[in-house]
Amino acid sequence: MVFQKMLRILIAKPGLDGHDRGAKVVARALSNAGMEVIYSGLHQTPELIVHTAIDEDVDAIGLSILSGAHNTIFPRIMRLLEEKDVRDILVFGGGSIPRKDWPPLQALGVGRIFLPGTDTREIVAYLNEALLERKPDKGAA
Amino acid sequence: MNHNEHEDGKVDPYAGLDPVVNMSGLEIEPLYGPDVFEETDFARDMGRPGEYPFVRGVYPTMYRGRPWTIRQLMSLGPPQECNQRIHHLVNMGATGISLCLDMPTIMGRDSDDPMAEGEVGRCGGVAIDTIQDMRDLLAGLDLSKISINFVSNSQSTVILAMFCALGLELGTDWELLSGTMQNDILKEYQAQKSYYFPPEPSVRLILDTIAFCTRNLPKFNPISISGYHLASAGATPIQELAFTLSNGFYYVEKAIEAGLDIDEFAPRLSFFFKAHNDFFENVAKFRAARRIWARTMKEKFGARNPASWRFRVHTQTSGSSLTAQQMENNIIRTTVQALSAVMAGTQSLHTNAHDEALSIPTERSEKLALRTQQILLYESGAASTIDPLAGSYYVEALTQRMEAECEDIFRTIADMGGVVAGIEKGYFQREIAESAFRYQESLERGERVVVGLNRYVEEEETEIQLREVDPDFEKNKIAALKAFKEQRDPEQIRKRAEELRSVCESGENVMPVLIRAVQEGMTLGESVAQMKDVFGVYREQAIF
Repeated sequence: MVFQKMLRILIAKPGLDGHDRGAKVVARALSNAGMEVIYSGLHQTPELIVHTAIDEDVDAIGLSILSGAHNTIFPRIMRLLEEKDVRDILVFGGGSIPRKDWPPLQALGVGRIFLPGTDTREIVAYLNEALLERKPDKGAA
Repeated sequence: MNHNEHEDGKVDPYAGLDPVVNMSGLEIEPLYGPDVFEETDFARDMGRPGEYPFVRGVYPTMYRGRPWTIRQLMSLGPPQECNQRIHHLVNMGATGISLCLDMPTIMGRDSDDPMAEGEVGRCGGVAIDTIQDMRDLLAGLDLSKISINFVSNSQSTVILAMFCALGLELGTDWELLSGTMQNDILKEYQAQKSYYFPPEPSVRLILDTIAFCTRNLPKFNPISISGYHLASAGATPIQELAFTLSNGFYYVEKAIEAGLDIDEFAPRLSFFFKAHNDFFENVAKFRAARRIWARTMKEKFGARNPASWRFRVHTQTSGSSLTAQQMENNIIRTTVQALSAVMAGTQSLHTNAHDEALSIPTERSEKLALRTQQILLYESGAASTIDPLAGSYYVEALTQRMEAECEDIFRTIADMGGVVAGIEKGYFQREIAESAFRYQESLERGERVVVGLNRYVEEEETEIQLREVDPDFEKNKIAALKAFKEQRDPEQIRKRAEELRSVCESGENVMPVLIRAVQEGMTLGESVAQMKDVFGVYREQAIF
């Protein structure tokens, strides 16, 4: 058996939007899949989210946005991470985010975006794959 | 045919059947029979429509006397555009309107607040900063004729103040203003999460609006105690039923403690339920709610006015049941849910548009949703007689069962010290998150079938269409707000702010002061900021 270092994931709810059902279900599913999950709670500013991510030394930030403010919030998070010279935290997301908005966000370095109705096992598989690629020292061999 | 067969040594035809569990987790028998009425005293337990305990409906003639209100929920970011859409819906036959607010307004912030950036006029809500926005929003409507429902919670005192101030400007007598303020803060802490003040001052503000409306706006419902959002966040129908009623009882207790006369305020308390997929479970939920509410209001709280015993309810079909996959299937889901609400005796109804899983509805889908109700009303025969499902073995058995389960949940809440203690301990939030997760799990395991989502799946690429908000709207709104603020008398605003703080501190009713303040031009964000200064803000512990 290979000793496995747990993946640490921050699930965050930025902005004023209080729709937290999806964020909580995903947090729970990731946690059940053996990841260490930090859930930010509601109404977080991008600054606070980035601060928490660095403080908690997470491998990924999952942003849940259903307010339509994704084109404001993702770029700000990416810029803040860059300003802090953080390059090893994966940012991904979910919510009501139209596909046509994905390419510009992904050009900024945002990872996958999941739509409502996604099977949580798909998110688990994505994180395992994406993060193990980034950090070969983590996860099962 | 009944269950006796196996006692005669015959084979029980139901013995080998797979168990069926409804959304509340209650096991459903394959067959129900007359034994469900063994302990029923029909006069005592069911009564006639319009009579205690109101199981069969809150009015004697129900839809034979007056159809349910076809109340469609809508909103557009800019107040002027939203106004045009209201007129459009009224012209198509809507008899009531529900208005959503944008996230900044919901969170008590003006369009120029830094936290509002990127959210102004989005999320299918109208942006209300000032009395001018209220004027633009309701321009050209006869407020004595159309009933307006504001989907407004933490900021309800301010929205109500603007509405009353507009009534004064238009010369519409307050006594004629009809409509509803959602104004149910408990479910915000439990599920929807748009709170800012702590529970105690929040509830006090609600009592202020109840007292104010009781005295001044007799046709206006100052609160709509809502299970819909609990269910959207994941609560099962039984949790929706029990949590909503216990929230309702909490407001009643507090209003009595504040010295209000139950038989003056209780007749204007109203409710809001979700109509979910399971047709019969839904019907039973409404019937159980009416009986529990009537009995508790009469026997526990001692209300004497029969109007205080009536559980009047608005219903919305289930947004969370809509799938982004094979979207047209949602038309059928909505129709079945709407029919169940009608068969359950709702007072008003919103039907969702089928594209809502992916977008704010288009005019076309919105119209189809409205027409669904009209077809049910005029073509289906569901409105031909009063309470057509009464006496169904299954419906009555399920109603009794839900009522009993509900009493168990009431005891759990009482044991932990009541509703607010339950919120502070995270009980409701945990229960709801747990149900949401269990539901997701049952879908992923295929235990619960949703057509097009986990069975009969087709390859398709769905696209979310957020209704395009004019990219300049936010900028223009901020500029208009700036111009509005500049033409105010700053000295007046300062005085009104002081007055507001002073009544918040003293416990006097905030409404008269707030009405003067918004007339003077105080903004929603400024009003809320004054109140936050006095009341503080609430932070929840994040649980998942």
